[in-house]
Amino acid sequence: MKKILSQPVAKPLIALLLMCIIMSFLSENFATSDNFFNVLRQTSVNLCISVGMTLVILTGGIDLSVGSVLALSGAVAAGFAQKGFSLESMDVYVGFTFWGCCLAALLVGGALGAFNGLMVTRFKVPPFVATLGVMTIARGLTMLYTGGFPITDLGGGFEFVGTGWFLAVPMPVWVAFVVILVFSFFMKKTRTGRYIYAIGGNEKATMLSGIRVDRVKLLVYTLAGLLSAVAGILVTARLDSAQPNAGTGYELDAIAAVVIGGASLSGGKGSIAGTVVGALIIGVLNNGLVLLDVSPFWQQVVKGFVILFAVILDRYSSKH
Amino acid sequence: MNREQILVEARSVSKRFPGVLALDKVNLRIVGGKVNALVGENGAGKSTLMNILSGVYTDYEGEVLVEGEVQHFQSVHEAQEKGIAIIHQELNLIPYMNIAENIFLGDEPLNALGWIDKARMHAEAEALLQRLHLKVDTHTLVSDLRVGEQQLVEIAKALRLNAKALIMDEPTSSLSESETEVLFGLMAELRASGVGIVYISHKMDEVWRLADFVTVLRDGKWVAELPMEGCSTDEIVRLMVGRDRKDFFVKQSRERGEVMLQVEKLSLREPGRSGKFLLQDISFDLHRSEVLGIYGLMGAGRTELLETLYGLYPDTSSAQVRIEGKPVQIRHPQQAVAHGLALCPEDRKLEGLVLDMSIRTNTTLASLLQCLSPLNTIHAGKERKWADHFRQRLGIKSYSAEQLAGQLSGGNQQKIVLGKCLMTQPKVLFLDEPTRGIDINAKNEIYRLIDELSSQGMAIVLISSELPEIMAISDRIITLRQGCISQCFTREEFTEESILKASLPA
Repeated sequence: MKKILSQPVAKPLIALLLMCIIMSFLSENFATSDNFFNVLRQTSVNLCISVGMTLVILTGGIDLSVGSVLALSGAVAAGFAQKGFSLESMDVYVGFTFWGCCLAALLVGGALGAFNGLMVTRFKVPPFVATLGVMTIARGLTMLYTGGFPITDLGGGFEFVGTGWFLAVPMPVWVAFVVILVFSFFMKKTRTGRYIYAIGGNEKATMLSGIRVDRVKLLVYTLAGLLSAVAGILVTARLDSAQPNAGTGYELDAIAAVVIGGASLSGGKGSIAGTVVGALIIGVLNNGLVLLDVSPFWQQVVKGFVILFAVILDRYSSKH
Repeated sequence: MNREQILVEARSVSKRFPGVLALDKVNLRIVGGKVNALVGENGAGKSTLMNILSGVYTDYEGEVLVEGEVQHFQSVHEAQEKGIAIIHQELNLIPYMNIAENIFLGDEPLNALGWIDKARMHAEAEALLQRLHLKVDTHTLVSDLRVGEQQLVEIAKALRLNAKALIMDEPTSSLSESETEVLFGLMAELRASGVGIVYISHKMDEVWRLADFVTVLRDGKWVAELPMEGCSTDEIVRLMVGRDRKDFFVKQSRERGEVMLQVEKLSLREPGRSGKFLLQDISFDLHRSEVLGIYGLMGAGRTELLETLYGLYPDTSSAQVRIEGKPVQIRHPQQAVAHGLALCPEDRKLEGLVLDMSIRTNTTLASLLQCLSPLNTIHAGKERKWADHFRQRLGIKSYSAEQLAGQLSGGNQQKIVLGKCLMTQPKVLFLDEPTRGIDINAKNEIYRLIDELSSQGMAIVLISSELPEIMAISDRIITLRQGCISQCFTREEFTEESILKASLPA
């Protein structure tokens, strides 16, 4: 029992369970299977982003560009589905299947992530500044690509991914589940995963151990971009349209999830499992406040305090 | 006022750091109108003592007297109020503030409204710079100054306090010759006006030129205080090194093998455009089964030499390196490890270990390839086996391989770093101060390990600031002086005096 409680993920998990119990007393609509999947589906987007954010934060970095990258890759997926890709001067027109659109979105996300990584490793720009720049660039590109208007009527595969069910579980939840599974394995079982922890714990010592720290960091930012693109596809699919201002502020929810999950912003400490619990806490909180009819303005205030409280609790109890 | 009165006196002052007694009942006097040269090897306790006198370290045993009264400073500010100022060896300036702001930091002159009186501040700063013959506008940012000029600003900061007792910790290490001359002139002025000075330096010629008397420390202990008259450099050096070496490890002599590592014309430039060399024209051979000691004072370039070979400065260094006769290019530690080099760095906490990770994961960090399952994933069982192997072989005191590295004592942490190096199965092992700050038993274990490894054919380069240690373990010793090899000693030629002399700046 003591061993279970000493796991870093135990504290946020207990907090999550307590919240669920309290909520089931406060609202009879909370503990229903409909609402259960509702929470999961709403959290799936943040889960995908947060997993990428976890990797970045574990190396001691931060990625503020995830929301904009989500928007651009989502817009590219939608745009390719609707109008394909054409170069009029060369008289070329390429139409895309659903999978082609997804691939294009992933390429865009991965490329932006790699750009972040290059800024951080090659040009030594502090991650906060580098990703702040890319956040603005990607948002601008989204506006340029969409002309500032939503891209709608995508149909086909998007509808299924956004609102469909598979084996009694909503598709977005499946996607998030697979992402979590793959990255938990990646972090626990591969050399690169180990190096990510080591870099955050002590970059110099890791480099002196003969590890190409820059390559690992480049990969980490690229993966964060890719996962933002996955989230972008989910958002686009769910709304059956790409909104130019999609994903605004999502980086903050992701950072909050990672931090509530017990990670340290200076790197080296944290886990995918913790982040998942952190994202679910935010999800349950959002859902619960809506069910309790709390005004949206108060929701933000409450959410902010919960984040602060969770982190103080974690720091305080780990000292003693 | 009696000019030759004792201004400040330390009486049997001791200072303990975790695991080390840095000062053991040390005495020191600062006399009005006199210069006291404080000398001793690296780690003899000079800087620690000065930090106590100037109020940086507040917990110590023993007494500090200022003009006959016992004082126990709680802060640098208190020491300054009693008239003691220190010029630190390392620069403590704020780069993005200008010269005047730095000089007056924390004690800015205010006008009637309580705002900073900039005019007065700059005028007074200007006057201080003039005394140092530094012709720079006081609005210049410190980051735009050369290192020597920054050192002068540091000196101006101490001068401003009009201290009765001035402590100077190697103030000339980054000054040009003309700047040094100005400083010495100023010291003569201060001395004539009755200021007492403690002058810490490795440079014997400076000591001869400036000092009235000399205080010698060794291994944290007070050795002697002598007037400069009637004393010689040889005598001072002998006092600095002489110690009993009874319970010391004794090396077995053995045949060295063929050449393992050959370094020719290694040089390392200072980053930036200064064109200065940190290391220049360094050539040496290292044989199989040989332990090569590298001795030199702080700043002679010892650590940089190993780091350059290990691939940390690919863009500012040049060298021809051969390993087992084959020319190699090493531009990153990864290539160094691949070519069979391993580095056990100087600062185990900052450079050696990930303190929040376990013994197991630290040990295997550099060699995870040896811990993979058939599916290329990390096999925790294999990792644990390796970690347990090194815990046992190196005697790492711990209850489990899962214990965090940060929870162990210095000696045990050092052994984890050694384990990590050894797991890469190196041909050449670089050890940078492997016994710094660890207890005597762990030291002896590490000496024995070095001996055992070299008997198995490993070639080892050892940096150590402790002469008895480096002399006991090494087959040969190279002394570095200001970035160049000054001399090479074979085991028969080892004497503490000759090695120390070869490393002191000419």
